[in-house]
Amino acid sequence: IAEAKASPDPVADELTPYEHVTSYNNFYEFGYDKSDPAKHSGSLKPHPWSVEIAGHAEKTGSVNLEDLLAKVTLQERVYRLRCVEAWSMVIPWVGFELGELLKQFKPTSRAKYVAFTTLMDKEQMPEQASRFSTIDWPYREGLRMDEAMHPLTILAVGLYGKVLPNQNGAPLRLVVPWKYGFKSIKSIVKIEFTEKEPATSWNVRAPNEYGFYANVNPNVDHPRWSQATERRLPSGLFSPNIIDTQMFNGYGDEVAQLYRGMDLRKQF
Amino acid sequence: MPVLWRRLLVFTLSLTPFALLVYRTATQQLGADPAKTIVLFTGEWTIYFLFTTLSVSPLVKLAKWRWLMVHRRMLGLFALFYALCHVAAYLTFILGLDLSRFFSEMVKRPYITAGMPAVLILIALGVTSTKGMMRRLGKNWVKLHRLVYLALALGWVHVLWQVRSSYFEAVIYGLITLTLLGMRIYWFCKRRSAHSKA
Repeated sequence: IAEAKASPDPVADELTPYEHVTSYNNFYEFGYDKSDPAKHSGSLKPHPWSVEIAGHAEKTGSVNLEDLLAKVTLQERVYRLRCVEAWSMVIPWVGFELGELLKQFKPTSRAKYVAFTTLMDKEQMPEQASRFSTIDWPYREGLRMDEAMHPLTILAVGLYGKVLPNQNGAPLRLVVPWKYGFKSIKSIVKIEFTEKEPATSWNVRAPNEYGFYANVNPNVDHPRWSQATERRLPSGLFSPNIIDTQMFNGYGDEVAQLYRGMDLRKQF
Repeated sequence: MPVLWRRLLVFTLSLTPFALLVYRTATQQLGADPAKTIVLFTGEWTIYFLFTTLSVSPLVKLAKWRWLMVHRRMLGLFALFYALCHVAAYLTFILGLDLSRFFSEMVKRPYITAGMPAVLILIALGVTSTKGMMRRLGKNWVKLHRLVYLALALGWVHVLWQVRSSYFEAVIYGLITLTLLGMRIYWFCKRRSAHSKA
């Protein structure tokens, strides 16, 4: 991971310090406070790890994480991460393009979407046993095929040149920088090529609040939080780092064409 | 213990969470997003003080802790204090003192729409909490201060409407709220039937 090549065009924004990136997390499998995942994710065992590839592809089956990593090129990517809760960070991920991996399994013409699933294990992820949880575990996410194959979409295995800490979704997580953070599913155990749009956790939980696409969009308001601005973390108290949110989180030049002809107010 | 000492103790204890918050802020222990931490912290303590204040009369009644009664006003005033901190922190640290956004958010977000009247009630009760006001309002004072039940119920709705991934807090707060308000309803009905029999 330390040998990963730097990304060709790093983001100009100042990086969010490592301590904040690894201590301020939403990973509800380990608790609901931002500090819970860092405190309680020690129960997660990211090694050994395998990922099941399923659905409409010529090659399917279970793959060891080491074998999977042997066939891809790790690089460093500095991305903005915008949470739907109206805060954001800038993080130097280490990972590889998801498309580079998906191609190896030769998806068929029926593969229109890619569905991801997080580990389901109540011993390792204690909150999955909670009676009060509103989420139907395991956590699920999905992308349209062209979004998944987009060169900006990566699977991360590290950050700041180090192996991904458990609270950040070890050992393998998705990063889709132009979408709200909840799309970037953590601790992935299954990748499935599907023909229909897969069910995704937050969309199932509250479809009026969380769309399948979940593209960062300052013009589409969320019932709980205004999306027009964001607090770039770390944000001081008396000099709050409140900045305007950019369409597609500032990645519009690269990704806007994916959504040509779509009404992003309806398909939010 | 003399009443004055007890008052001082209640005051010190009630101010401790605030002191802790100031200390953590000054020593930068609030994490990456201090704004949100402060808003959550002051909001939680508002609810805790409402619970405490509304537990006074049941404790006086059931456990005969009559000495507690003299402290109820201070506890209620601390609920108001933390509620004001909560609103001030939201306005300053989250909205950056943008008043127009404050009003539009109040209309747009149901949980804020529910929370604001609760704070207004607490302000009204705080203003009328002096001995002079009690005298002046007479019987109406009791009626007015029953609004605290509404404030607590609204506070709970404010929490419930923000539930995202876990019902845990909302369920616990709901149970306490129902117990505290349920006791009042029970006593009210009992008094009524006693009256009608007589």
